[in-house]
Amino acid sequence: MARSDTEQLDTSYQTEALIAEDIDAYLEKHQHKSMLRFITCGSVDDGKSTLIGRLLYDSKMIFEDQLAALEADSKKVGTQGQEIDFALLVDGLAAEREQGITIDVAYRFFATEKRKFIVADTPGHEQYTRNMITGASTADLAIILIDARQGILTQTRRHSYLAHLIGIKNLVVAVNKMDLVGYDQAVYDKIIADYAKFATEIGIENFTPIPISGLAGDNITSVSPNTPWYDGPDLVAHLETVELTNTVNRTKPLRMPVQWVNRPNLDFRGFSGQIASGTIKPGDEVRVLPSGRRSSVKSIVTMDGELDEAVAGQSVTLVLADEIDCSRGDVIAAADAPPQTADQFETTLVWMDENEMLPGRSYWMKIGSQMVSATVQTPKYQINVNNMEQLAAKTLELNGIGVAELATDRQIVFEPYADNRDLGGFILIDKLTNATVAAGMLHFCLRRSQNVHWQAVDVDRNAHALQKNQEPRVVWFTGLSGSGKSTIANMVEKRLHALGKHSFLLDGDNVRHGLNRDLGFTDADRVENIRRIGEVARLMADAGLIVLTAFISPFRAERQLVRSMLPEGEFFEVFVDTPLEVAEERDVKGLYKKARAGELKNFTGIDSDYEVPRNPEIRIDTTRTSPEEAAELIVNKITGIWSYTI
Amino acid sequence: MNLTHLQRLESEAIHIMREVVAEAEKPVMLYSVGKDSAVMLHLAKKAFYPSPPPFPLLHIASGWDFQALLDHRDRTAKEIGMELIVAHNQEAADAGINPFDARAGVYSQQMLIDPLKQALTEHGFDAAFGGGRRDEEKSRAKERIFSFRSSSHRWDPKNQRPELWKLYNMNKAKSESIRVFPLSNWTELDIWQYIHLEQIDIVPLYYAAKLPTVKRDGLLLVVDDERMRLEEGEVPEEKVVRFRTLGCYPLTGATESSAATLPEIIQEMLLATSSEREGRAVDHDATASMEKKKQEGYF
Repeated sequence: MARSDTEQLDTSYQTEALIAEDIDAYLEKHQHKSMLRFITCGSVDDGKSTLIGRLLYDSKMIFEDQLAALEADSKKVGTQGQEIDFALLVDGLAAEREQGITIDVAYRFFATEKRKFIVADTPGHEQYTRNMITGASTADLAIILIDARQGILTQTRRHSYLAHLIGIKNLVVAVNKMDLVGYDQAVYDKIIADYAKFATEIGIENFTPIPISGLAGDNITSVSPNTPWYDGPDLVAHLETVELTNTVNRTKPLRMPVQWVNRPNLDFRGFSGQIASGTIKPGDEVRVLPSGRRSSVKSIVTMDGELDEAVAGQSVTLVLADEIDCSRGDVIAAADAPPQTADQFETTLVWMDENEMLPGRSYWMKIGSQMVSATVQTPKYQINVNNMEQLAAKTLELNGIGVAELATDRQIVFEPYADNRDLGGFILIDKLTNATVAAGMLHFCLRRSQNVHWQAVDVDRNAHALQKNQEPRVVWFTGLSGSGKSTIANMVEKRLHALGKHSFLLDGDNVRHGLNRDLGFTDADRVENIRRIGEVARLMADAGLIVLTAFISPFRAERQLVRSMLPEGEFFEVFVDTPLEVAEERDVKGLYKKARAGELKNFTGIDSDYEVPRNPEIRIDTTRTSPEEAAELIVNKITGIWSYTI
Repeated sequence: MNLTHLQRLESEAIHIMREVVAEAEKPVMLYSVGKDSAVMLHLAKKAFYPSPPPFPLLHIASGWDFQALLDHRDRTAKEIGMELIVAHNQEAADAGINPFDARAGVYSQQMLIDPLKQALTEHGFDAAFGGGRRDEEKSRAKERIFSFRSSSHRWDPKNQRPELWKLYNMNKAKSESIRVFPLSNWTELDIWQYIHLEQIDIVPLYYAAKLPTVKRDGLLLVVDDERMRLEEGEVPEEKVVRFRTLGCYPLTGATESSAATLPEIIQEMLLATSSEREGRAVDHDATASMEKKKQEGYF
């Protein structure tokens, strides 16, 4: 330790001398630093805190007053006797964590002569998988820490897999605590050989192994004489020279998601965004997706003047030569190598919410600057992050990682995540809670979505409806079990029939026994149940029918989903509003009694929620309105005849 | 050519600001007129050029602001052509709340925090840019770039959204609002280097000048106007001083310094042996919590 400290003092002395003697020269030098973002993977036991603390300390990011406090703390509570306990620099935060701030991603900063570094520090245990994914999503590099005395552990495999999954190409395998194994090359070689075998198995192509001691400072900021058998760079030298992601992205074709249209006056129309990949010059041919319209770049506008060239990572404003449609969510791309558009994909999902994934439910999906509705299929499999085994799964829970198909409600511009993080990485957002529930990575689009183009049939939904002399409708009855949905829906259908209207009633009897007989009553099954009914109802509406549905349909999100499938004005939500105690008292089918007795699980109103409609088209208060009156009101409303009777 | 660290930080901040303007209904920029605010405003000009930044500036004036800061504020807003909203708790001022008599917590609650909340609610701003940086203090290291507030402007640190890649989820309930920190990943040195590189105009108080001062409670205070209440035996003394941070003048300590140019300021900062917040009571939190753990028998 004494040795590396002396060397460190030398470098910092030179820097200080330059600052003191020629600040302008210093500034000139330091303005040209590049930036590397990395994540450290490991737990406190692996010496992660000590390593980060040492990096901060050696780069002089700690002031004298803080150092004095650290020295005092080290003597009082440290684990290193009279020496400085670097872990205390970082673990000060652990105390705060216990005081109520989430165990989470913390970002730390330090700089050397060549680069500025941002370290994402995340806890290493399995219950923090989502935190590690979050920290890794912006990282250029990951340091996998291995305790030399322990070798490769389950968590080593997990961290490596997650770093690989998120697409980090630069992996450093730092075998730490070499001082505790007597700097034994055999120990190191064995660990690296084991790791190489495992890495190949999961598809990691290469990694950089370094033997270190965070505590003693070996191979951190200078090559250590204690490991003469190691001929690679020290850790900081490697971090200072490793190739950056945005440099790599520059060689790929141009992609720029449009964030904002800049239109200060009628004479200027610019498209603002951050270049995701490639380079661009005035005169370059571009294509705007998804429309596919072509133009060329007239100028690259910035406040510092027009640019001759802009590269991946820069935020710019492009002016195109032609007046073409282009707005937020579109992607400006190289004309000769445009990205694909599609609406069905295979994806890897990392579930990040306390509420499990509901296959079939509609979520918001944000990808680049595009925001669309998306539904996820039942996972093909879930991945055990400790041994990479594929497990059968019906859903994904918090921290679950799985592969699932996903469909969007319209074509989106995308690239496989492996080719482009900006156009292949996405988040899913719950439409009701607004929470970010999942992070996802697109693998590829499914062939069927590329090939299935909507047939422009001659007999369209308009023709169907005209022939029947009516407007298609989906009249969606929702309410508690026993609220009177089926009773009223039946009466409505009779009246419609009498009026010569073409209708069809979907209810539990004709759906649960056939189309949906494979579904039970869990939340996930309820969602799928309603989704299928919604699809059937939509097809029937396309055929020109007035469709009546009578299902509890307890969740707002699914009712909203069905509403969104239909043209505006065709969906009528009828809330059959019967208080729970009234429905329970009626208990026509004796179900409430069974549920109360615990014989029926997941019964709406008892041990499963009913989400009351916020703005139904029609609300029927069955404690004040008879079924006959309700039916008349509904028929009049859906056929457009206004009634004065109620 | 690699992008430099400052170019990457600049590009990230611009990207964040454009996302907010594209998705928020009514954004605003909190403008404290300090060095971080100056950088943030400069980045906003760049993000939307040739349009002026499409949101107003909001300054919370305690009534005890340095005159030089107010002058700089008005001149800057006018030059860029941005709307400037000044929020001030006149009621509290009329009730006699001042920095000399009120307890520090009460004073900042009444003159800074309350008028901020009021202004945000009154104007219906749903997103507010702030100049906070993660390197400022340890708990900030974990706050998100997009930080949500309930209808009563409370932060729930246990319920933060994960921020993946550069995808920010701005969906929220109508009553909620968002604080957005585009400078999250900047350090103090980055801020100064950027000011130097971009030649950003900052409040003259950051540069050393001869000013009338009094020493009180370990702080070197500048007598900015005649309202400065002198204690018995205090006689203002001319000293060459500058400020490292700016707040209400009766509460903000200056440092004796001859740094009158940006390179000199940066030089002084780099060679400084104490952290920016030295002398503030909050600084030794970490030590205190370690102590507490020790008392609880943790070790």
